[in-house]
Amino acid sequence: MILRGRAWTFGENISTDLIIPGRYAHLRGDLAELAKHTLEDIRPEFASTVRPGDIVVGGRNFGIGSSREHAVLVLKWLGVNAVVATSIARIFFRNCINAGLLAIEMETTGIEDGDELEVDLTAHVLRDRTKSFQRSFSPLPKVMRVILSEGGVVPYIRKYGRFPEEHL
Amino acid sequence: MGKTMIEKIIGMHIGRDVRPWEIVVLPVDLVYAHDWSGPLVIARFREMGFTTIRHPERVAFFLDHSSPSSSKEIATLHSLLRTFAREQGCRLFDVGEGVCHVLVAERLARPTDVIIGADSHTCMLGAFGAFATGMGATDVAIAIALAQTWIRVPPTIAVRVHGKLPRGVYAKDLILSVIGHLGASGAEYRCLEFSGEGVTSLSMEERLVLTNMVVEAGAKCGIIATDEETRRYLKEHGREEVFQPLCSDSDAPYEAVIEIEADAMEPMIALPHHVENVRPISHPECQQVTIDQVYIGSCTNGRFEDLKVAAEILRGRRVAPGTRLIVTPGSRDVYQRALRTGILDVFIEAGGIINSPGCGACPGSHVGILGDGERCLSSTNRNFQGRMGNPKAFIYLASPATCAASAIEGRITDPRRFLP
Repeated sequence: MILRGRAWTFGENISTDLIIPGRYAHLRGDLAELAKHTLEDIRPEFASTVRPGDIVVGGRNFGIGSSREHAVLVLKWLGVNAVVATSIARIFFRNCINAGLLAIEMETTGIEDGDELEVDLTAHVLRDRTKSFQRSFSPLPKVMRVILSEGGVVPYIRKYGRFPEEHL
Repeated sequence: MGKTMIEKIIGMHIGRDVRPWEIVVLPVDLVYAHDWSGPLVIARFREMGFTTIRHPERVAFFLDHSSPSSSKEIATLHSLLRTFAREQGCRLFDVGEGVCHVLVAERLARPTDVIIGADSHTCMLGAFGAFATGMGATDVAIAIALAQTWIRVPPTIAVRVHGKLPRGVYAKDLILSVIGHLGASGAEYRCLEFSGEGVTSLSMEERLVLTNMVVEAGAKCGIIATDEETRRYLKEHGREEVFQPLCSDSDAPYEAVIEIEADAMEPMIALPHHVENVRPISHPECQQVTIDQVYIGSCTNGRFEDLKVAAEILRGRRVAPGTRLIVTPGSRDVYQRALRTGILDVFIEAGGIINSPGCGACPGSHVGILGDGERCLSSTNRNFQGRMGNPKAFIYLASPATCAASAIEGRITDPRRFLP
């Protein structure tokens, strides 16, 4: 499987407070409204111009801070196809997989805003078609691939009623 | 080879030995969520097709982040949580009871427990010799439905603190120093285990500060061996019978060991906008920093001892003109003790404001949002841009003592100036 999308690049230590600030906690019951404020403190144009399929690219520690799952849900709501970052904070990473949003940890230097990216999930390679380079990444553990292939952990549990224990 | 505390707790829950990096399915003893995460927990629980919580006695909800409610939308989410808790027969701590982690420490946490919370600072409960970690709402929904979760067994990094913290230096300064050393992801996926005289000499209330902030270095959990102080705290809170001895084996395999000399430490400040941005208070970047708002509260530093040490500094003094002081007790119990011992009077006479127990200004939804360009010195755990409600404000983190001293001077001030 190959995902294609434009890159939106962010720096290091992008916290969940920056992705979806606590001051909008009252909108957590309304994802459509909440998503309008995604990343607005650093990229005010993000929510209105991001296109389905786009890829969020971060540096070190993407998604640090609070465990708020809405930080993942708003990205998914806006159609973001994957989060690719040099490193991804532990809880945010787990929330991505649970929500069925592809999350890949790999070196992201050299990727710039608007670059056309291809994430090849069979060859485990990211290609920057604008810059004409490619870089490989480690495949996710099997249990996470199984969860992603079902569209997230909620559809998985609804279908099987238990953890994918045989894939641990 | 010996075992670390985390390996022992996980092993006793699944009935076999475990090793770091293994993924295991683990039964949980306590699961909780709050008013910002709980509604999504409930939605996910239902989406997965569950109708009944398997062990309602192991589940609790807390209305703390916007407490009392800050808007009609939040009030409606509060109602949803109250109804769900009543229908399922699980505990609900309503507005005004306090911050979830503070209440779990006072009333529910037990040594060797596995505790999962839909909040990143759940790791605080590791100070009881428990395995406690924060997860997203979906994981917590699964944990309440199946009474289990999956987890990667974390390797442990030992933090050995030699000597005792000197006067004016607190657990907050110690953990800020550790985070400054490790960086925001220096302990990613790991357990941080605190030991040594600098830790065993601390009260439980102070030890909780250490484990509260391990997540700011990326750690999955923090842990401290149980001892007579753990027993004393549990007894004081009416549940001595849950005490259990727990410590790592002398030949336990640590991934790394960090040695810290406590007696050389000084008060520390985390500068905006990252917790890892730590400097000693004598550093040039901490000089002449004027402060608009001082905030004392939160799961990190909103306990009785925190308010007491701040009040000792503020007694008979006034908050500087142009600076405001907001104090938020971490729980109803803290509030009442501070009231009965005259501590609240000290804050009020100094010109401070007392908010109702809860998260207050820390997560940025109400009761203390900062103005554009303002600087806040806060006893909380995060200074990320936008954290306290305004992306154009600047948050500095420090101990309650440093907060109190700085409130008097209106700028970042070394608390040792005011201590006997």
